[in-house]
Amino acid sequence: MSVLIYIDHSEGQVKKASLEALSYGAAIAAKMNTTAEAVLLGKVTDSLPELGAYGITKLHHSEDEAFETADTQSLARSVAELATKLGSTVIIFAANATGVGVAPRIAARLKAGLVSSAVDLPSLENGFTVKKVVFSGKAFAHVKINTPIKVITLTGNSFGIQQSVATAEIETLDIHPEPSKIQFVSLDKIKGEVPLTEAEIVVSGGRGLKGPENWNLVTDLAHALHGAVACSRPVADDGWRPHHEHVGQTGVQIAPNLYIAIGISGAIQHLGGVNRSKVIVVINKDPEAPFFKAADYGIVGDAFEIVPRLTAAINKLKG
Amino acid sequence: MKILVAISKVPDTTAKITFKEGNTVFNEEGVQGIINPYDEWYALVRAIELKEAAPDTILHLITVGDNSTDPILRKALALGGDEAIRINIKPTDSYSVASQIAAVAKEGGYDLILTGKETIDYNDASVPGILAELLDLPFVPVATKLTIEGDKATVVKEIEGGEQTEAGQFPLVISCAKGMAKQRMPNIRNVMAARTKPIKVVEPVGVDLLTETVLFELPAAKSGVKLVEAGQEEELVRLLHEEAKVI
Repeated sequence: MSVLIYIDHSEGQVKKASLEALSYGAAIAAKMNTTAEAVLLGKVTDSLPELGAYGITKLHHSEDEAFETADTQSLARSVAELATKLGSTVIIFAANATGVGVAPRIAARLKAGLVSSAVDLPSLENGFTVKKVVFSGKAFAHVKINTPIKVITLTGNSFGIQQSVATAEIETLDIHPEPSKIQFVSLDKIKGEVPLTEAEIVVSGGRGLKGPENWNLVTDLAHALHGAVACSRPVADDGWRPHHEHVGQTGVQIAPNLYIAIGISGAIQHLGGVNRSKVIVVINKDPEAPFFKAADYGIVGDAFEIVPRLTAAINKLKG
Repeated sequence: MKILVAISKVPDTTAKITFKEGNTVFNEEGVQGIINPYDEWYALVRAIELKEAAPDTILHLITVGDNSTDPILRKALALGGDEAIRINIKPTDSYSVASQIAAVAKEGGYDLILTGKETIDYNDASVPGILAELLDLPFVPVATKLTIEGDKATVVKEIEGGEQTEAGQFPLVISCAKGMAKQRMPNIRNVMAARTKPIKVVEPVGVDLLTETVLFELPAAKSGVKLVEAGQEEELVRLLHEEAKVI
């Protein structure tokens, strides 16, 4: 019995979402009086023993770079085999692009109950019950897993990263991926931008900004805050901004520490995707905009005047 | 080419979500059911586009549900598709839904199985991955572009902070997201034609229930917005820094 956490990485670096998954898995292990171990497939520049700071005692590591372009089928097979060998009873993934591809396959392979997009530690009273997002953020469900092995994917920014001073023992794995049926062709990273799902601060614009030529208001504020840029659905549909920036029920669902909405009225479909943000600031000229009811702070007025002053005030604070 | 598109009935995106029976059951009363937007706008419409480009393509739709899902199957057939298959059981968790679809799909000889990237009700995003594993097929999640040449698919998928292009041979499973296709409305002629298209009702197979939802919960209401006057942006920054401690 142990908790196994999958460490996802990209371009040689462990993903932030995986550091949170490590912290989460370690907390589950503590609750279950067992140990947390992790698996990392491929090469990273991070110091591996130092990943122990996130609560794992052992890291199983294969240096085979072929894992980096392995498809979901091949990765699922390798991780499921390791989990079986270690006798892992709880397997944790970040609910990101890798998790969404691999975790369901492992769950099916091991006939393990799966909870995706978990937002809190499991409750162990009365079985094993995990709270997750449902109805695209409009509600939560407590889902009981009835199988001996449990698979969980963790929603980003829902648990937080917890660190202490500790090191992990490194166990080198002599495993290699089976040939992938899906071939990697190319990777196109948007440079210099914070990925939306990993951002602690998100600044988002809506139709109230009148046109794509005014987006510097949003991006300037986002850069001042080292945050990511997002938009409402009509803005993406009209081609003012790329689709991957659309947050809401049918776009990306996010839960940053701070969400600033500029010129977005706050339709129920938009709120569903952002209402787990810890603090919401709304800037809108319409005092009746529904978004104010879901906000913590607000300014009623003209975004074209308010936002530049807000950016200047942030820059002043940051010196 | 033979394509299967899996669709799911979900509450309309504007629906107010409530629960009954001590917050253990979703309250469907007064809630309009629609085709899950990811299934419709991206998976189904892309499949229709592929059929338009290669007219000998056979396009089947599949859903897991009782006869209350027939209206959305008719709508889906009005958008396009030759035949719909309904597996006659109320859907429970992702594993059971995927197992039901797998039981039908493994006999169907499909080259391509398309789904939405997730449903907007349970947000598991797990049916396509479980389905792929049960069928032992390759799987590309969260695809934003799909092009077909012969029996080779080139797929662009969303990853954190970018896109990755991948290629694979038929048969394969792909979950579809925004960018894949543009939303369409069915025209009257197709709505009429869809009335006579077959909906094949299939009885379910036995599946173990691996998970169960024991309780629903609505998010805590916000305690009320604190308004700052326009012109007092420095005060807002102070509140975010000192009170909310988020910057």
